[in-house]
Amino acid sequence: MTKNILLSGVGGQGTITAAKMLTIGLMEAGYDVKMSEIHGMSQRGGDVVSQVRYSKEKVYSPVIDKGTADIVVSFEEMEALRCLDYLQPGGTVVVNTERIPSMTVLTGAEEYAEDVIEEIQKAVEKTHVMDASGMAKELGNVKAANVILLGALVKLMGLDDIDWEGIIRKNVKEKFVDLNLKAFQVGADAVK
Amino acid sequence: MKRLLTGDEAIARGAWEAGVTHASAYPGTPSTEILENIAKYEEIYAEWAPNEKVAMESAAGASMAGARSIASMKHVGVNVAADPMMTFATMRVNGGAVLVTADEPGMFSSQNEQDNRNFAKMGKMPMFEPADSQECLDMMKEAYEVSEEYGALVLMRMVTRVCHSKSLVEVGERKEVPVKPWEKDLARFVCVPANARVNRVNMEERTKKLAEYSENCKFNFAEYGDGKVGVIASGPSYYYAKEVFGEDASYLKLGFTNPLPKNLIQEFASKCETIYIIEEDDPYIEEFVRVLGIECHGKDVFPSYGEMTPNVLRKALYGEELPQVEYAKEKVIKRPPTFCAGCPHRGLFYRLGKRKDVMITGDIGCYTLAFAQPYAALDAAICMGASISMGHGAQKVYNKAGIKRKVVTVLGDSTFFHTGVNSLMNTVYNNSNTINVILDNRITGMTGHQQNPGTGYTVKGEEANMIDMETLVRAIGIKHVKVIDPNNLKEVDEAFDAFWDLDEPSVIITRYPCVLKKFSPADLEQFPGLFQTKNVVDAEKCIGCKLCQKTGCPALIFDKATKKVVINRADCVGCDVCTQVCPKNAIVKEEK
Ligand SMILES: Cc1ncc(C[n+]2csc(CCOP(=O)(O)OP(=O)(O)O)c2C)c(N)n1
Ligand code: SF4
Repeated sequence: MTKNILLSGVGGQGTITAAKMLTIGLMEAGYDVKMSEIHGMSQRGGDVVSQVRYSKEKVYSPVIDKGTADIVVSFEEMEALRCLDYLQPGGTVVVNTERIPSMTVLTGAEEYAEDVIEEIQKAVEKTHVMDASGMAKELGNVKAANVILLGALVKLMGLDDIDWEGIIRKNVKEKFVDLNLKAFQVGADAVK
Repeated sequence: MKRLLTGDEAIARGAWEAGVTHASAYPGTPSTEILENIAKYEEIYAEWAPNEKVAMESAAGASMAGARSIASMKHVGVNVAADPMMTFATMRVNGGAVLVTADEPGMFSSQNEQDNRNFAKMGKMPMFEPADSQECLDMMKEAYEVSEEYGALVLMRMVTRVCHSKSLVEVGERKEVPVKPWEKDLARFVCVPANARVNRVNMEERTKKLAEYSENCKFNFAEYGDGKVGVIASGPSYYYAKEVFGEDASYLKLGFTNPLPKNLIQEFASKCETIYIIEEDDPYIEEFVRVLGIECHGKDVFPSYGEMTPNVLRKALYGEELPQVEYAKEKVIKRPPTFCAGCPHRGLFYRLGKRKDVMITGDIGCYTLAFAQPYAALDAAICMGASISMGHGAQKVYNKAGIKRKVVTVLGDSTFFHTGVNSLMNTVYNNSNTINVILDNRITGMTGHQQNPGTGYTVKGEEANMIDMETLVRAIGIKHVKVIDPNNLKEVDEAFDAFWDLDEPSVIITRYPCVLKKFSPADLEQFPGLFQTKNVVDAEKCIGCKLCQKTGCPALIFDKATKKVVINRADCVGCDVCTQVCPKNAIVKEEK
């Protein structure tokens, strides 16, 4: 069976790096993997989605069909809501409690609802709300939020057997290795 | 060994393995990373050309000289390159030559959707359509064999999903291909009508041979299921179809699609009850199949535009998507791309948008976003370089009709070098009085920060000759030129004021680096303290008028609780545009 993971966020949040480590881990564990990313424009502020599909057999499409994602991991509240079309009924959501207003909100054309988290919880029973940005700050660097979310994702998908420590060591700058190893563990522990 | 590569990375790897030694390209999503990755290989000379026509010609010349060469570009880039491409395609190439076109079904970051497979048909060029990264690599290697065997320029048709998706690739080693001898051969390389006529006839012979190749090409293959449903598909549509039609269906996967394999298609069709043709954009394969007299379903069922993802196929076939979670869709906000905090385009458009009796013709780049709120400072955009020439046309009409309206044209540095410079020649030659703004942010921003003829570096990061824009503009004959700092709003206003009533053309160059650029030593020297500071709002002075937010900076956030604006420290780079707008001088530098 092909498993489907969708990561979403806003440009600059590190979704792409998290998705990259995830796919390397899956590849090294012997899965067939496809990942699709739409990152058209270089400006910050647009939404970013990475889709990862993996299986012990051949994976065909690199894109996830609506209603089939096993898990949606969102780095931002609104982006979790936006991606619920992709979640399969009964699927899991991990949402970071960060709220990034878009230009339409800043100019007053639209309202960023206060109860986005409640809406997600209403729609999805298996919702994990995490203050990954706050947790990362406590570890000493907000940027580690993406690896905290990766840790949670790996735990929830039962992918703990893979040598994530080795992958983190190989893929982050040396001075950030310890921080990221801690972040990964914090994320995994948060969804135990 | 297997590696996880994007299609673009695999194209680059394939070119390297095939012994390519010359690569030329102009950036454009989703093709940009092809040249960026090729540039990492020492064995390949790689360059950013100022535009796609030049890239195609550079690759054509390299091929004539005997090297294996590649040109890569986005779909609309092929329009620019079409002139050399269409005639080079009629010649018998010397070194193998491949043109990669990256099409954009769904238009994720493009101004139109066009199916460049039609170019292959029109130019009678052999064409491949890879479905994943492995095929990108394998087809590149095969493309050079085909190019040299049949003497033809080969078109490699990519789509966004293939360019930007990663999948596992078994990589190989590089095969060194020596430069072939060049011999003076006028009939072959000089396309005067007498020679062109011979080439034209020869192409028919070539097409016949290629049609035979197509029947036996390993990239055109059938997989048989229970014989009821047969799917003919090319590119990633093959994989999408497999998700929806499953293992019982039969598939004819076409990877070499010009010329199409007639016999293979007929044989496949004879073994299936119902035929579906799944392809992105135009009914390119479908029309061929219908001409063969084969009954089939194609664009009567599936959309003629956008991607053929499983979701789209399912909806078209069964009228519904898979069951989904229900949620409060109405609460989802839009998230359009915006100028970055500190973007040097902000100051210019913030002020330009306030001018009256003006038409602003724009171009393609980050600055195209100026059409949106809160600026609404861009009235038209078609294609790269068009701002200056469209503006010229419009200004002529207004002047002749006695309508008092100033035309301001705006384009970026890369776009100016691309084709804007030709347009400016027209403006000078035919004496318009447009104001032409060149937004020189020292880089090609929108496509992810590529060097260009004005930045002083090559794609390999080596120092290069730097074309001085001001000298160039003056050399063309523009007498009124100002180079300004766009973050200084007073300078912006004064420049427009000075040129507004002229009867002659003028140019304003706004010079300040893009925030996301990796600054060169020259940048750091020329712009001291570049983005080194942070601003804060003095809450005591802020009256919550939100005027600063009219600059559209995403770092300025209105705090509903305190009714005052706060600056998101992580985003702010201290450009000071908001500081100049605040009526209460409430925005100040953060104390160190
Ligand atoms: C013919 C063509 N080639 C390439 C592109 C892709 N493209 C869109 S914007 C852009 C670069 C614009 O750079 P610049 O003019 O320097 O403006 P900036 O984005 O830096 O503001 C490119 C290459 C295109 N749209 N059309
Ligand atoms: S990438 Fe550069 S040019 Fe584009 S919006 Fe950001 S700062 Fe402006």
